[in-house]
Amino acid sequence: MIAHFLLLFIGALLVNNILLIRFIALCSFFGVSNSMSTSIGMGMAVTFVMVLASSVSWILWHFILVPLHLEFLQISAFILTIAALVQFVELFLKKNSPTLYRAMGIYLPLITTNCAILAVAFINVSSNFSFIESIVYSIGVSGGYTLAIVMFAGIRERMASAPIPKAFQGYPIAFITASLMSLAFLGFKGLFGL
Amino acid sequence: MRKFLRPLINGILRENPILVLMIGLCPALAVSSAAVNGIYMGLAATFVLVGSNLIISIIRRIVPDQIRIPIFITVIATFVTIVDMVMHAYAPDMYSILGIFIPLIVVNCIILGRAEAFAYHNGIIDSIGDGIGMGLGFTFILVVLGGIRELLGNGTLFGFQVMPISYKPVLLMILPPGAFLTIGFLQAIQRYRGGKS
Repeated sequence: MIAHFLLLFIGALLVNNILLIRFIALCSFFGVSNSMSTSIGMGMAVTFVMVLASSVSWILWHFILVPLHLEFLQISAFILTIAALVQFVELFLKKNSPTLYRAMGIYLPLITTNCAILAVAFINVSSNFSFIESIVYSIGVSGGYTLAIVMFAGIRERMASAPIPKAFQGYPIAFITASLMSLAFLGFKGLFGL
Repeated sequence: MRKFLRPLINGILRENPILVLMIGLCPALAVSSAAVNGIYMGLAATFVLVGSNLIISIIRRIVPDQIRIPIFITVIATFVTIVDMVMHAYAPDMYSILGIFIPLIVVNCIILGRAEAFAYHNGIIDSIGDGIGMGLGFTFILVVLGGIRELLGNGTLFGFQVMPISYKPVLLMILPPGAFLTIGFLQAIQRYRGGKS
């Protein structure tokens, strides 16, 4: 049982890394990875919202949409629930935990259109995960997100002072760096036969 | 004719959403391992873009300003649901290749961006034109990306053998790292050309 959850977790964290292997949520990967501190904040905010959103969407799917035969509403229902949830979290943090709000408040509005959150909600449903499985999976995915974006930000910070041909400065070299990181993560394929 | 063509070419080259504006990256990188995937993904996004632009420009006078974003998202989600169901029924093979990226069109920044920036302020005909132009620009870049990757990584183009048989495919190009590499080089070329002129 524990081995099963561990495999699920490692699979989501490294083998099928959401950013570098599955290409989900790339806008934020290139957008907010300019500095180490913003990428850590973004990683925290994504982790928090993703775990919350995947549990809420799991409940929505299994207790409301399936019993009422409203499966076709999946896309609309999930995106609206997640958007409302993010708003709610933002208001709640602002009122009750100013410290936490300062740490990740500015990233929360960005998260509504972060496709990773919605993607994990869909994957949970399409893989028929149980409630615990979907929580473990979303922790793994968001851990993988944080890992990749923080490493990437570290490399980009160093690249800022490196001599780079003019045409490659900025985004082009960032893409090539991402390509090399993706190559490294491809090495995890075949781990445990996943 | 020139009036119509200029914004179209502008959308494809100068203000290309992917190479220059850096939005809508996820589907562009994920489905571009073959040129034909790019066509399907691009057409799906174009349909959603045209449909949502049309509806939003029709209802733009009765939408309250404060809650326009949730309304836009609802409209977009409806069209994405249509595409999702139609593709599931009529193109099941392509549906399984594109997989999760079909429902994820709903959070594609290009579509919400056009709704907010264009369709909310313009008439019906203009909005349809804008949807078609932007959609074709997106499709174009998906096909170019997919074509380059398919040609180098598999030696084929749209499934037909193009490279000589003796050509050894660079497998890396159709794997995830190849997508980042191709788009990095395309961007650098775009920059280089922009810098010269």
